[in-house]
Amino acid sequence: MTAGLYIHIPFCRTKCPYCDFYSIPSLSLIPKWLEALRKEILVYKGLFPIFDSLYLGGGTPTVLSQSQWSELMETLFTHFAFSPSTEVTVEANPDDVTEGLMEHLRGLGVNRVSLGIQSFDDQELHDLKRRHTSQRATKAIRCIRHLGFNNLGLDLMYGLPGQTQTRWLETLKQALDFEPEHLSCYQLTIEEETPFGKMRDKGDIHPLDEEGQRALFIRTSSFLEQEGYVHYEISNFAKGKEFTSRHNMKYWQRLPYLGLGPSAHSFRGNRRWWNLKSVEGYCEALARGSVPVAGEETLSKEQQDLESLMLGLRTVEGIELDRLGDRSRSEKVLKDLKGTGLVRVEEGRVMPTREGFLMADGLPLLFSP
Amino acid sequence: MSNIRNFSVIAHIDHGKSTLADRMIQHAGLVSDRQFRDQILDTMDIERQRGITIKSNSVTLPYTSKAGEKYNLNLIDTPGHVDFSYEVSRSLASCEGAVLLVDASQGVQAQTVANVYMAMEHDLTIIPVINKIDLPSADVEQAKEQIETELGLDSESCILCSAKEGIGIEEVLEGIVKRIPGPDGKEENPLKALLFDAHYDSFRGVIVSCRLFDGRVQAGDAIRFMSNGATYKVEEVGVFRLRREPKNELCAGEVGYIISGIKTVSDTSIGDTITLDGHAASGPLPGFKEVKPVVFSSLYPISSDDYPSIVEALEKYKLNDAALVYQKDSSAALGQGFRCGFLGLLHLEIVQKRLETEYDQSFIMTVPSVQYQFTLQDGEKVIVDNPQYYPDPGSIESTAEPFIKANILIPERYMGAVMKLCIDRRGVNSRFNYPTPGRIEIFFDMPLAEVIVDFYDELKTVTQGYGSFDYEIIGYRESNLVKLDILVNGEPVDALSIIVHADRAREWGVRMCDRLKDEIPRHQFKIAIQGAIGGKIISRSTISAFRKDVTAKCYGGDVTRKRKLLEKQKKGKKRMKMVGSVMIPQNAFVAVLKSDKE
Repeated sequence: MTAGLYIHIPFCRTKCPYCDFYSIPSLSLIPKWLEALRKEILVYKGLFPIFDSLYLGGGTPTVLSQSQWSELMETLFTHFAFSPSTEVTVEANPDDVTEGLMEHLRGLGVNRVSLGIQSFDDQELHDLKRRHTSQRATKAIRCIRHLGFNNLGLDLMYGLPGQTQTRWLETLKQALDFEPEHLSCYQLTIEEETPFGKMRDKGDIHPLDEEGQRALFIRTSSFLEQEGYVHYEISNFAKGKEFTSRHNMKYWQRLPYLGLGPSAHSFRGNRRWWNLKSVEGYCEALARGSVPVAGEETLSKEQQDLESLMLGLRTVEGIELDRLGDRSRSEKVLKDLKGTGLVRVEEGRVMPTREGFLMADGLPLLFSP
Repeated sequence: MSNIRNFSVIAHIDHGKSTLADRMIQHAGLVSDRQFRDQILDTMDIERQRGITIKSNSVTLPYTSKAGEKYNLNLIDTPGHVDFSYEVSRSLASCEGAVLLVDASQGVQAQTVANVYMAMEHDLTIIPVINKIDLPSADVEQAKEQIETELGLDSESCILCSAKEGIGIEEVLEGIVKRIPGPDGKEENPLKALLFDAHYDSFRGVIVSCRLFDGRVQAGDAIRFMSNGATYKVEEVGVFRLRREPKNELCAGEVGYIISGIKTVSDTSIGDTITLDGHAASGPLPGFKEVKPVVFSSLYPISSDDYPSIVEALEKYKLNDAALVYQKDSSAALGQGFRCGFLGLLHLEIVQKRLETEYDQSFIMTVPSVQYQFTLQDGEKVIVDNPQYYPDPGSIESTAEPFIKANILIPERYMGAVMKLCIDRRGVNSRFNYPTPGRIEIFFDMPLAEVIVDFYDELKTVTQGYGSFDYEIIGYRESNLVKLDILVNGEPVDALSIIVHADRAREWGVRMCDRLKDEIPRHQFKIAIQGAIGGKIISRSTISAFRKDVTAKCYGGDVTRKRKLLEKQKKGKKRMKMVGSVMIPQNAFVAVLKSDKE
């Protein structure tokens, strides 16, 4: 039950119109945030005995300077205990990747890079308002490989308005040229509170229809599996089991995690809590000597079961049959699902198929009492 | 008695009946402006929401005439729907006169005519009042002409008013005093009181509303209900002035209430005659009949855990609604429940709505049915009002269903549309009558089953609101009936079965499959809905499966939000019934009946 540690670095040079993660498009508050983070680290010191994953996400973590990185990592390593084989991931923007920074990060213990490529198509990158070009992305990957990082993940997006299957496969093939150990392929979800959401409401962009989304998903999954990747979660693929994201698996397996920084979520035992979604509010709370917690919940047995079901059915591992509750009910559901090809039952587990992944939001409702 | 006036207000819906009543109540000073609210006599939420009156209500209004004489004006408010036509007739029987309210811009409409005829049958003095004269679209001359030609009333006697603006209210009150005769009847005769309403009060038990024709009654008297011979000791008598106002006694000609320790309204019958046990009248007032349910439907709790609370709610509800009957029932698809009998579909809807809102119950009501009669080959006759108990088809010798005589009154121009509607609904033996030029009265013999669901709505649609409809049951007629079953993914859902005429089975099968297709949400798998008679499939529809139902991201910050969404959906699922793995929303069980035009 080793825990994971997440640090939210809520700063971006520019905001992307599809993103609904919390961040601010200004770097001026980084020093104040670092100071607050140091205080928050002290608050939780000792709560989790040891971590075996550290994930530095954002925002755009690579906007931090080398000295800020040193300060952050040294504080973490001073106050928290990490197992020797800890997975240390940094999310990086291709535009920020320099040999100097990456070498510095490697020196600080970073052993996994998750690179926000999104697309190798310059028109698409422009539409997504990304800072980088495909050429810059290529250069960033070469740099990371050159420095000896042997666990590289590439983040890609598909299902973009107007994107054809061919165009998407083109991006995917280019990504495969670099033989990444890990691929996250996110089908574009247009979130309400984002610029894309507002554009959709005004009719300026048109999301793909259900059938189109479905076809792209199936194509992506089968193509990458052919290429030797394991489709181990809805949007995640790994070149072998050892390259699955240990940190992210903690979310899906309901293992404990501590999240620090504005808007970060933590989970321990049957309790979940989350921080203020404001850099200022976060800094002020810690300056006052208070915790920056915005909310918390204690999960009932029923809620825990529902979460296990909901999260379990998003991964290839699925969920143990015994955890589905009432046996006669779950058997009835499984009987009805037979022939739909959405799940398969093996070795006492119910596992979603590729088609099942496509239905993962509704499946838990069928099994839940 | 010469200073008493008993009257009703009759009007087409929306012609301003409740507003006029409100103004009269305000004029009488029964309520301060601060306490006043619109539709003051309509106390039930459903009456206010739908703008209709369901329960009869009465109020005694003090009035001093222009000549300086003091009067008590008893306003008896009546329900306005064919389901309750018997209650209306008893209310009218309690009056000597009626104020006929006609909207100045809409003129005389069908409901008005039907109501006027009913009032004439009771020999009431009718005072025509033209309302809403303040509206720009008001056409008083045309309204007058219609009152003269279509109703045969003297248009010179019309009073003009605007209830909303408070114009002409005094004239209406003066008209009531001057034109409607005071009640006759003798105080020294044995008591004869007509029971026109009863409602339940949790402190006092049943409060009976009645009109005294003869005699007198006071606290301490032993009274007797002439229909069943039950006797009670009177605890209190009085009149309604929005609140109950006790009096020493009620005398011939008066309208008021009697409290006498009656436990439930089911112990009383509307239209009954109340007399004194020791000094009984020789015979009851005319017109009493036992009200019998004609529409039956089963009621099942959504969750079996809710069964005890439904039992309690029904028991409480029944205290105030004598017309509802129910008994235990069970279904393979829906579990334990109740078979209920209603006066008509509106009555069913009222019970449903009140149990939901006032008693906070969630339940499913199945497809309404009438009582069918089966003669078996061994000569036995069985009555079936629940498709579940449809006899083995091999054992049936003959089948019969209740027929009604439908009485429809319309402007002549709608004759074609109405004829078609009636014939589509298996109407036979049509007869016509021309009461006034331009109007036609159509009679049809029709199966009751064809009118209980949405006939009245359809009639109003095809006649643009000008059609009025009334019916009486004329007995059973032989009819070729079959049982139509609905299968969801191959599993029959007993609660969706209906008994229909063989000629209309296919039409119903198609309609129900189509409706269910709209009502049942998409699932992860394809759902087949089939209509079947015996083992033979006669209609089908398919609900396609979801093609994609997943969001791309689920990390630390998403878990709580996603779980909460699922919890909400789970709650929604609890309001559905599971048939196999198919979730059927509770509404679907009633929606299958509604025509798809809505």
